[in-house]
Amino acid sequence: MRALTSDTRLFDLQPEFWSAAGETVVMASTALLLGGALGLALGLGLHLTRKGGLFANRPVSVVLNVLVNFFRPIPFIIFIAALQPLARHVVGTGIGIRAATFGITIAALFGISRIVEQNLVTVNPGIIEAARAMGASRTRITLTVLVPEALGPLVLGYTFAFVAIVDMTAIAGVIAGGGLGSFAQRFGFRQFDQVVMWAAILVLVAMVMLIQVGGNLLARKVLRR
Amino acid sequence: MALVELHDVVKEFPGARRGDPVHRAVDGVDLRVEQGEIFAIIGYSGAGKSTLVRLVNALEPITSGRVVVDGVDVTTLPERGLRALRQGIGMIFQQFNLMESRTVWGNLAFPLTVAGVPKAEQQRRISELLHFVGLADKAHAHVTELSGGQKQRVGIARALATNPRLLLADEATSALDPETTRDVLDLLAKVNRELGTTILLITHEMDAVRRIAHRVAVMEQGRVVETGPVLDVFADPQHAVTRRFVGTVVDDLPPADVVAALRATHPGRLVRLAFRDPSVRQSEAFATLLRHDVSFELVFGGIEEIQGNSFGNLTLALDGDDAAIDAALAEVAVPWTEVAR
Repeated sequence: MRALTSDTRLFDLQPEFWSAAGETVVMASTALLLGGALGLALGLGLHLTRKGGLFANRPVSVVLNVLVNFFRPIPFIIFIAALQPLARHVVGTGIGIRAATFGITIAALFGISRIVEQNLVTVNPGIIEAARAMGASRTRITLTVLVPEALGPLVLGYTFAFVAIVDMTAIAGVIAGGGLGSFAQRFGFRQFDQVVMWAAILVLVAMVMLIQVGGNLLARKVLRR
Repeated sequence: MALVELHDVVKEFPGARRGDPVHRAVDGVDLRVEQGEIFAIIGYSGAGKSTLVRLVNALEPITSGRVVVDGVDVTTLPERGLRALRQGIGMIFQQFNLMESRTVWGNLAFPLTVAGVPKAEQQRRISELLHFVGLADKAHAHVTELSGGQKQRVGIARALATNPRLLLADEATSALDPETTRDVLDLLAKVNRELGTTILLITHEMDAVRRIAHRVAVMEQGRVVETGPVLDVFADPQHAVTRRFVGTVVDDLPPADVVAALRATHPGRLVRLAFRDPSVRQSEAFATLLRHDVSFELVFGGIEEIQGNSFGNLTLALDGDDAAIDAALAEVAVPWTEVAR
């Protein structure tokens, strides 16, 4: 116990600790927003073009599915490294928080697209048929019927995605992504400083729990059940 | 002019897997639905009636034939024209298909927004609709809080929002209990009576047909096997399927096993008299028999009432010599059939 408290550098590392926490928040929320929006678009594309969908289109559906199936299984630790040249092109650097956020966003978008697709499938097709019978256009049905009807499960899906994104931010350390995860590795795990490591873990857990509780509340409000 | 005309309508679905034969759900149907009537299409599940109704508002593309609604051939309409057509045709469903993400009010606002009705006008129309279907107090209720009957009332209000001339009811009462079914059927009859809306009623319940329809078509395996005014179809069903449907609400025709039992106890001739002309009284028919020295016993039958008309089939076991019976039957003023030996 004495060793634990006296040998830790947690107090010296406080500024780095809090800036790492800030980096995690920035990376995760940016990736959730951007990846979430792009994932929603791709997920809608997957759902709408499938057989029986509002914009059923077999060639487009096949292309989108191949795209998602190609990128999704790549382990993130390899994916983010492989994406470095593209990151240099798009965000101007292959390392650091910007490159990490870029990589996380791309990885999240493919994952989220499947979550979105799965949630849209749960919408009762009869409701879509009723909207068509009322003479609504397919675009209107997509935006004002399909998405709102799936909103409850979508919120839960995004909450799930956020937890996965926080997980990715820790791996982003391999390209010097920063954040609490790599802070815990560098100053905790590699320097045998258990206190630093656990402090970082606790803040991460708190973050995830906060989001999970918030997501559940929001989903319940949307579902009104 | 008929509001809906179907000419040799065929609808085929491709087989489930490549190489499977196509499934012909609707097989050469001709029908005319007149302005202002309640026209029922009855059939067992899989008969093709739900597919048929989806051809009327072109939710499903037709394979061949023509569907004409209000003088417009819907089979050749482009997407934009179809949307305009559908705004003039209401539709209600077995599972109601209300949007659960919206309140009752929000569900009724949807078709109005689609039709481009301004907000202030929507307000007025929605409260009018809610009063019409008797749900004024549920305007802001969430859909999941409603009972089945209330949901279907919302469905009807939503279908009527844009004042359609035609209402398609696809098994609208099949998910409801008998009492709620009656309420909803009464509401549909009121829609037809007070608003003059033509209703195409798809059902497998003969009781719904008896209660509110004016004319009925019976479907089996994608074909219309019998069609006519409801009273005629009930009083004198021609096709076997029709007889089975009529038998579900009217059991004045003895089934085969009952006939066999009657044969055992009544060696004489069995004759069924059909009463459906209100000007012919039963007593006249009985008097004719007695005048010819034919005595009789009433062995099976019933008198039914459909929309103010009574009709019925009475099966008599006759007792008398053959010549007298033939003479009496020749004179009887109602249609009759001899129950085959």
